[in-house]
Amino acid sequence: MNKIIFKQKLSSEVFKMVIEAPLIAEAHKPGQFIILQLGGDFNERIPLTIADSDPEKGTITIVFQAVGATTHKLAMLKEGDYVANLLGPLGQPSELEKFGKCVCVGGGIGVAPLYPIAKKLKQLGNEVKIIMGARNKDLYVMKDEMAALADELILMTDDGSAGRKGLVTEPLKELCETWKPDYVFIVGPPIMMKFGALTTKPYGIKTVVSLNTIMIDGTGMCGGCRVSIGGKTKFVCVDGPDFDGHQVDWNNMLTRLGTYKPQEQEAHHKCHIGLHIPEGEA
Amino acid sequence: MYQTREELDKTAQDLLKKYKDLALTPKMRAEIPVQQMPTQDPGVRIHNMNEVAEGYTEAQVKVEAMRCLQCKNKPCVQGCPVGIDIPAFIMKASEGDFKGSNAVIKESSLLPSICGRVCPQENQCQKYCTMGKLHKDVDQAVAIGRIERFVADYSREHDCDVTPEVAPSSGHKVAVVGSGPASISAAADLRRAGHEVVMFEALHKAGGVLVYGIPEFRLPKKLVQRELDGLTKMGVEINLNFLVGRTQTIEDLMKKDGFEAIFIGSGAGLPKFLGIPGENNVGVFSANEYLTRSNLMKAYDAEHSMTPEWQSEKVAIFGGGNVAMDAARTALRLGAKEVTVIYRRSETELPARKEEVGHAKEEGVKFMLLHQPHEIVADEKGRVTGVKVITCKLGEPDASGRRSPVEIPGTEKVYPFDTVVVSIGNTSNPLIKLTTEGIDTNKRGNFIVNEDTCETTLKGVYAGGDIVLGAATVILAMGQGRKAAKAMNEYLAKL
Repeated sequence: MNKIIFKQKLSSEVFKMVIEAPLIAEAHKPGQFIILQLGGDFNERIPLTIADSDPEKGTITIVFQAVGATTHKLAMLKEGDYVANLLGPLGQPSELEKFGKCVCVGGGIGVAPLYPIAKKLKQLGNEVKIIMGARNKDLYVMKDEMAALADELILMTDDGSAGRKGLVTEPLKELCETWKPDYVFIVGPPIMMKFGALTTKPYGIKTVVSLNTIMIDGTGMCGGCRVSIGGKTKFVCVDGPDFDGHQVDWNNMLTRLGTYKPQEQEAHHKCHIGLHIPEGEA
Repeated sequence: MYQTREELDKTAQDLLKKYKDLALTPKMRAEIPVQQMPTQDPGVRIHNMNEVAEGYTEAQVKVEAMRCLQCKNKPCVQGCPVGIDIPAFIMKASEGDFKGSNAVIKESSLLPSICGRVCPQENQCQKYCTMGKLHKDVDQAVAIGRIERFVADYSREHDCDVTPEVAPSSGHKVAVVGSGPASISAAADLRRAGHEVVMFEALHKAGGVLVYGIPEFRLPKKLVQRELDGLTKMGVEINLNFLVGRTQTIEDLMKKDGFEAIFIGSGAGLPKFLGIPGENNVGVFSANEYLTRSNLMKAYDAEHSMTPEWQSEKVAIFGGGNVAMDAARTALRLGAKEVTVIYRRSETELPARKEEVGHAKEEGVKFMLLHQPHEIVADEKGRVTGVKVITCKLGEPDASGRRSPVEIPGTEKVYPFDTVVVSIGNTSNPLIKLTTEGIDTNKRGNFIVNEDTCETTLKGVYAGGDIVLGAATVILAMGQGRKAAKAMNEYLAKL
């Protein structure tokens, strides 16, 4: 059982929680994730990235968007409540070193897992520029934290309500042409990672993405998270979650992610009725 | 011919009457027919998850036990990986002393209600049974497993099960990694010797393959839970949500937490795929994923479970082992209209237990034998629409001793399917090897251990079960767990 120490609503559907998990906090390295299960026989297991950890306090921070049944249930827990099952840290830590000029691109809540990576890159002496994308200005997460460590922070919104109007790929392309980064790290919605990777490809810039696929156990047992990387099948939970963005078979990954779409949509609808959450709120 | 439990019981009662007060000669014993296992009606059971085999009735178990010749040299015992005194427990069962019978088994095996259900008895104890030899048919051997199951269930239901005694504290502390059959038996034997035993399980529920892999209709989960409760009662601490290798490493456990010896029973890991085109299409699953969703996450109960299971019409299962049968029969229960097992050899070579194949057939599972999948075909959305297979014939025996399949050129054909479950085994999980210095593995990634002690190449670290054997059976894993525990007890005594 893991106690929720702190909860904050970051936007209408995005939440931040600080949870007691001393062993995970101690072992956590940037790039790693957890599997969460809310207890009881009928709850699912879902992977969530670790946004931050504090080994001294024995806590980890997660930032999640209420999109499915479990994340909605999770969002309804309060400070002092417990999360029944947390497993982690899982996955290979990100391979970070002094690359020189780095661009970190985060979309939506993908900024949360990007934070420990950007922080580490900075600590290693890299020059770090950060591009953050969101649908509108209210949906940014961890903007202040990112602003505090970035050498330059570029904000993009779909509707122009903050920063520039447009997609993250625009400033990324400009940086590839003018600033010529040595290393690009992208985390966000799969479609954004795909186009981000396609943007840097012509310039031959090393581009790493962090994949978040369907997963059950998170330890290599089920094989549900498999992706095709450079023509070879890899398991995101044990081989990843970080992969060379230029090698990922994006179309296959995107179709696999949609495996349970009808059931997910039904669950989303049901959990709003079941949990008495108004549509549009989480 | 399907017979109900009542019909089978009636026959057994009549036999009991017939043989009452008679001194049975071996010849007479040989004439007693094998008692058939009562099962749920096939037409009913494919619509529920309840156990298929219902277990002998009291009359049946007595009749079946009467078939045992009580051979002096006990050939059956040599076929049991944990050396249960089989004639002794059968003798007690024939006398109606089921509690005593169970106690005999418990001296050697802690999980009779599980082993009585999932052991491949026809390849172990029953293979050596004199009664089977007399009839020149292993199916005519004394149904040792079914008797075992009965006495274990009886003892549980009548609350006369024995909890093993625990020796006074030895002052030693040991860790057991994983909570499947190898780990359960190792933990019990280590705890019996008085050591402090902590078990580490990555999932949120203990039991390993017994809970995520084997379906409810073959092994009810409440039985597994009961065995684990037994361990807890003995004082074993079970630590869930702890992935050794990530949450903490083997080195952490030994150096920081003071564990003096470790048993690794982390099981098989990564599911194998054939490496054919289309295997990452939507609608292709490893048996592990397919079964875990249904068993551990209860996806068969669509109304309550938050974990969805893929809805299918026509399912292809690749492989012919017990796991393939479990997947095929699960698919039927999840609502598939047609399920076909595709296997590259013939029926004789099917690695699954005959009983499981029989149950699958009764339930309507089809078998496409001597066929090898070449490609999984999908529509423009990447969703499975069919499987291209090639016909095979049997050639010379290969390294496994089975005749190897030889593909017949020009016989490729695509059959329509909307789901594929790949059930061809697992390779070992690389995590502990990756994060532990000094543990050597073979080229398949299995831990190399001393055959007599199960010790790995790292001092004080022992391993057993699938992580050593590759995909094996519950009882073989248990046998290794016990062997390792014995060696660990000796190792700890010398510290």
